[in-house]
Amino acid sequence: MTVPCSALEIRDLVKRFDRPAVDGLDLTVRKGEFYTLLGPNGAGKTTTLRMVAGLLRPDAGAIRISGIDALEDPVAAKRIMAWVSDEPMIYDKLTPYEYLEFVAGLWGLDTAAAEASARDLIGWLGLAPHAHERCEGFSKGMRQKVALAGALVHDPRVIILDEPLTGLDAGSARQVKTVLRERVAAGGTVIMTTHILEVAERMADRVGIIAGGRLIAEGTLDELKLRAGKNHANLEDTFLTLVAEQAVAA
Amino acid sequence: MTFHAAHGLGRRTGAHLAGTCAAGTLPWFARHEFRLAWRDWLSMMTAGRRGRERIVAILIALFVVFAHLLAYYFVARYVDVGTEPDKPALVVITGTALLSWSLLTSQAMESVTRAFYARSDFELILSSPVAVRKLFAVRIGAMALSIILMATLLGAPLVNVLVLRGGARWLGAYGVVIAMGATAAAFAVALTVALFRTIGPKRTRLVAQIVAAVIAALFIIGLQVAAILSQGTLSRMVFLESDTLLALVPDIDSLVWWPARAALGDLTVLAVVLGTSLALLGAAILVFSGRFGEHAVAAAGVAQMGGRPARSSGFRRASPMRALRVKEWILLRRDPWLVSQTLMQLLYLLPPALLLWRSYGEGTGALVVLVPVLVMAAGQLAGGLAWLAISGEDAPDLVATAPILAGSIVRAKVEAVLGCIAVVFAPFLVALALLSLYGAALAALGILAATASATGIQFWFRKQATRRYFRHRQTASRFATFAEAFSSISWAAAAALATGGSAFALFPAAIAVGILFAARAMSPHKL
Repeated sequence: MTVPCSALEIRDLVKRFDRPAVDGLDLTVRKGEFYTLLGPNGAGKTTTLRMVAGLLRPDAGAIRISGIDALEDPVAAKRIMAWVSDEPMIYDKLTPYEYLEFVAGLWGLDTAAAEASARDLIGWLGLAPHAHERCEGFSKGMRQKVALAGALVHDPRVIILDEPLTGLDAGSARQVKTVLRERVAAGGTVIMTTHILEVAERMADRVGIIAGGRLIAEGTLDELKLRAGKNHANLEDTFLTLVAEQAVAA
Repeated sequence: MTFHAAHGLGRRTGAHLAGTCAAGTLPWFARHEFRLAWRDWLSMMTAGRRGRERIVAILIALFVVFAHLLAYYFVARYVDVGTEPDKPALVVITGTALLSWSLLTSQAMESVTRAFYARSDFELILSSPVAVRKLFAVRIGAMALSIILMATLLGAPLVNVLVLRGGARWLGAYGVVIAMGATAAAFAVALTVALFRTIGPKRTRLVAQIVAAVIAALFIIGLQVAAILSQGTLSRMVFLESDTLLALVPDIDSLVWWPARAALGDLTVLAVVLGTSLALLGAAILVFSGRFGEHAVAAAGVAQMGGRPARSSGFRRASPMRALRVKEWILLRRDPWLVSQTLMQLLYLLPPALLLWRSYGEGTGALVVLVPVLVMAAGQLAGGLAWLAISGEDAPDLVATAPILAGSIVRAKVEAVLGCIAVVFAPFLVALALLSLYGAALAALGILAATASATGIQFWFRKQATRRYFRHRQTASRFATFAEAFSSISWAAAAALATGGSAFALFPAAIAVGILFAARAMSPHKL
């Protein structure tokens, strides 16, 4: 059953490698929501998001992005979605400006609008002084910003980020967080995995916790605290309690 | 309880960890280097797959037998050259040795450059409280040894045949092979360090690669060019045995012929040649090992240097496929190292081009040589370019998440490869067409077939990697490497026979098609 106003809907998603990485996952993210996916190492977060982004084919299950069946019509789904991984993969021999021009070409954008959007993003992300330098000498933070600009230049309705803040300095991390919050404020949906629980605590509208390839808990921070029976705890305590409960149950 | 005590680390000294040698000593470093080198070699031979050692051993044994049979065919006629050889024999032996030495020097330069720029364990070594000079002395020594080993392995079939047929005196040739490896390594270290000091770490990587390739090609091309200009043929041996060259070279008692005399079994000369070479290598190690670490650090800093500013002319309208094609061409154009790696093989097209130029008005006899050389070069170039376009994608996630069908992505990338091949080979085809329309048509067909085959094989055996792994592309699939090489050879043979008007051209063409079917059948990817 399709949930109205859902940006992402996952049903009975399964992916096995040598063992089940994602094991019958159900997940719904609402439109205009900042959703954070948490989980211990190897829980299946990245595998889930890579399947949503069309980078991995699931063994079973269904994925709908803004109502589009991503497995039946991946091109239509990709048109309204963007993916940013923890390791920014950009072209060393292109400048940020050329990279964004390439992305605009891939998404078949109107040239003038794409260029205006690219200039805005380059400005917002503090890349203007380096816009016409090749990326080969860029730090990880700058590379991540270029990758993020590439994800935003085609104005996606759903942005999926896998550990986007890993390795960023405080200034770069703040810029990335600000840009993401602005996208949500403008009606976009952000789905993000992170190991930095303070980020999830401060930014997420709702948090989902995955362990063993399944969603073990989901809700706002208050709902999760209630569920863990730790009303005055922070997200770290709540998260560790819920994961430990799941481990005992398993 | 301390961490060390808790984990039992206090009981294990460095000497225990590395065997019987005391930590930080030359033998300890040597042991470490050889363990790494052995594992690298094994991984390269087995493509990192376990359980393949036996197959590799069998293949090596078969190769050794084949190499000895081939060597027998080539060197049997030199078995009877005495210890007092005549000038033609000395010229041929020295020419062959110089040819091999240039290849060894090129290989050694590649190793030295790679050692400078592969950061690998430099940070660990340089931050450790050991005398880094010792380690780098061992590292240079290990590089020299690997070059000597390579020279010995490649030379062994020739020398063994000579020893078996001509007696033990030919064992001196092994000494010359070792001397060649040692001097090549010493020369390569000195030249690379000199480049580093004169043009800096940023340019040295590219320049050293080009110099290495030019050194490798220069002697072969030089001999071929001389052969074309003086004898009207591509054959190096015809030139080496020609009266023109014999009249130009020094007298028979010149020092120039000492390596050849050493190879022929003159023990005194052999001792001098070998001793001098090893002394040169020792001097290179002594002089350059102290600064090796500094150069490595400087090379590591290259990655942090800012990129070159590029022009800005506004976004250009492009379809997704055009965007992909343009991106491939820009990346290729902006990476001079990759350009040098892929286009360097075109250096070998210079002699055929010269032959083509010389052949105007002299009939179409040269076509039989030219057409297959062009076809072979196209196949090889297409293989490299196709790997870069199909497997060597630096932003695979971006391309995979773009709203384009997977088939369109592949089509755009294949078109980018074909575009490059067309640009490189069009001038040759135009020149050929002026000589013979039929020859040009055959060459065009052959180039297309070899390009399509190499691209198809690269597509069927694609394996995602970043472009920096271009050097190691052959290790991803041995089958793909051989299939690509043999399909190019088969198409070149078919083109040669067709140019000569022989219906037997169909046989190598059929073999090429068979290779493609086999590659398709064994491909891990089916589309």
